[in-house]
Amino acid sequence: MSETSLKGRLGALALVAPLVLFLAIFFAWPLASMLKESVSDPVGSHAFPLTAAVAGDWDRQSEPPEALKQAFVDDLRAIDDQQLLGDAVRRLNSAQNGFRTLMSRTIRAVEEQPEGPLDLVAVDKRWADVRFWRAVADSTNPYTDRYLLAALDYERDASGRIAALPAEASANTAILLRTLGIGAVVTLACALIGLPYAMLVASVDGWKRQALLGAVLLPLWTSLLVRTAAWFILLQEQGLINDTLMSLGLIGSPLPLIFNRLGVVIAMTHVLLPFMVLPIYSVLLSIPRNLMPAAASLGAPPWRAFLRVLLPLSLRGVVSGSLLVFMTAIGYYITPALIGGAQDQMISSVIAFYAIGSANWGMAGALGAILLVATLALYTVYGRLSADRAGGR
Amino acid sequence: MPLSQSNIRFEKVSKSYGTLRVVDDLDLMIDQGEFLSLLGPSGSGKTTILMMLAGFEAPSGGTISLGSQRIDPLPPHRRNMGVVFQNYALFPHMSVAANVAFPLEMRGTPRSEIEQKVTRALDMVQLGAMKDRRPAQLSGGQQQRVALARALVFEPSVVLMDEPLGALDKQLREQMQLDIRALHKRLGLTIVFVTHDQSEALTMSDRIAVFNRGRIEQIGTPREIYDQPRSRFVAQFIGETNLVEGTLAEAGDAGATVKLEGGGTIRVQPSDLRPDAGRILVSVRPERIRLGPDAASENAYPATVTDAVYHGDHLRIQLDNGAFGFVAKADRKTAEFNPGDRVMVSFAPADCWMLPA
Ligand SMILES: Nc1ncnc2c1ncn2[C@@H]1O[C@H](COP(=O)(O)OP(=O)(O)OP(=O)(O)O)[C@@H](O)[C@H]1O
Ligand SMILES: [Mg+2]
Repeated sequence: MSETSLKGRLGALALVAPLVLFLAIFFAWPLASMLKESVSDPVGSHAFPLTAAVAGDWDRQSEPPEALKQAFVDDLRAIDDQQLLGDAVRRLNSAQNGFRTLMSRTIRAVEEQPEGPLDLVAVDKRWADVRFWRAVADSTNPYTDRYLLAALDYERDASGRIAALPAEASANTAILLRTLGIGAVVTLACALIGLPYAMLVASVDGWKRQALLGAVLLPLWTSLLVRTAAWFILLQEQGLINDTLMSLGLIGSPLPLIFNRLGVVIAMTHVLLPFMVLPIYSVLLSIPRNLMPAAASLGAPPWRAFLRVLLPLSLRGVVSGSLLVFMTAIGYYITPALIGGAQDQMISSVIAFYAIGSANWGMAGALGAILLVATLALYTVYGRLSADRAGGR
Repeated sequence: MPLSQSNIRFEKVSKSYGTLRVVDDLDLMIDQGEFLSLLGPSGSGKTTILMMLAGFEAPSGGTISLGSQRIDPLPPHRRNMGVVFQNYALFPHMSVAANVAFPLEMRGTPRSEIEQKVTRALDMVQLGAMKDRRPAQLSGGQQQRVALARALVFEPSVVLMDEPLGALDKQLREQMQLDIRALHKRLGLTIVFVTHDQSEALTMSDRIAVFNRGRIEQIGTPREIYDQPRSRFVAQFIGETNLVEGTLAEAGDAGATVKLEGGGTIRVQPSDLRPDAGRILVSVRPERIRLGPDAASENAYPATVTDAVYHGDHLRIQLDNGAFGFVAKADRKTAEFNPGDRVMVSFAPADCWMLPA
């Protein structure tokens, strides 16, 4: 008895093992390392291990203790990885301006005197400034909130308090807001098109229903890149739409449809429409067929029956569809990159820029983490709603 | 004549789906305040007739009128008829009270009055305590009663019900039958009631219309339909009966004599039926057959028991007298019957009814 149940359990484990492994290797692990990347800052602690060991004893306000200064000098003497040293200097300079010259002077002084105590203030009087020591001590902490703050256009000021970045350096919030804005517009457009469409699909049957469903599912069967490229062809200045409108004499000069917000919204709406239509359609199918006749027999003219019965009942589908569309939309990259202008880039392009363009994995990870948090929050709402629906039956 | 003011009239109404003729040349008059059941086998067009009356289907031909007004061109929401659907059709997103208030809101009834009427309608179906629940939180019978309250709250003069009790268990169904019947009496409603449960039709209706393939086979009171069926279809569809074929030998005011195929005669009650070729069917209900050694009657035959089955409240006995077979229902107290027993079978002429072969 217990042996068979153990066998059964092992069998079940063996069955789910490939999936679990797959998810762990290709999903959980990259996700975790991306999140780690967004808070990790290992350069200082690698370059200055002795300093790192004593940095905790200092309160960051008073005169730095002699032990800290000596440990820093010893670290500089011990380091022989020039690449690591360069990274460390860059890291320090990004926290406190002036480190580049200060460090080259200091390193030279350390090389000239390889033994014994060294009076750093004599080398450069900036070492008397507590702010430089604070930067050194802080750099030895292997974790940082710098990237997460920067992703939201904040930084820690000289005294360690969180402060807004100057306006000319703060593009991320604007792009994040733009992303949410485009997501909202696309969701609205999908809902406005998707709801009547789903109602149409649910109201016919046979081949007509198959054809209508096929029309909206078709985009799902072609690759995103192909669909986006197709819109590129349609929307461009000498594209199909402008050519047709011009040959019909409806417009004199080409409409600006591409490399702007309108084009992005049109293309994304098309691509995401199935995610709106399908949930609404499935909710509509679950509505008993005789409710509308019942409403009519109770004296409701068609439009009031629609407003009071069909619309409220299909709203749950609209909400789940909207969440799906919105969550997918805010992660979009290819479509705005190909069809949008500079002012239509979404948060994913910024992530791609940091990850691919400038190898700043910390920033890429931090922006990704913020996108992830937004999506998870929405997903929780979505889960709540679908749980309500299951319970409501 | 206020009574005839709002009776319902179908005149030459037909309905076809493609080449399929579902309702064929229907002439039907339903009096105000009448409880009419539409009874018939599956696919005989009962629902179609109801849907045409409610306005969800347009007749392919003919006219439907209510009183002096033709209603077949009216859309459903202008017909002012309460409809109770087979699976209730309650609005799942509204509370019980909101469901019942719906038809009043559609008619622009003032808010205070709506509340009053909803309370009254729910009390009438004994669901006053459930008014804040959702339909999904009610049992089948309770949902059915909400549907009833909703169809009655706006005081329609005509209520249409399509197998409203089909989904309920026996006990609840019987309770609801009594409730509907009582409401019908109290409110003076005209009710058109579709069912394929013949005992339901017999117990509830003022009149029953028996349908077969889109036509009325017979329309009349439950008593007429059961005791005096006009066709083999009606005799066999309503209850169970024994049909014996023969020729009409003699007919008079006191009764008629039918000569049976296999020899012998049956005396039957007087009838104005005069079949062309003289061929005729005699119908005798199983519960009218008396069994026993000393049955004295005009129609008495010796027979052999071929089977006897216990049914709780009665015994069902299969008999054979050589010329014809019979089914009889016997009070289970009368006697024991076993296959092979020889018994006398008798039935009064008044229980024998002639119909065309
Ligand atoms: N929309 C439709 N299209 C085609 N045929 C239909 C349609 N509605 C009904 N029918 C046909 O019309 C006939 C009568 O149907 P109806 O629903 O009136 O039968 P019914 O007497 O109510 O049967 P039941 O007791 O099974 O409910 C059936 O043969 C049915 O197949
Ligand atoms: Mg039916």
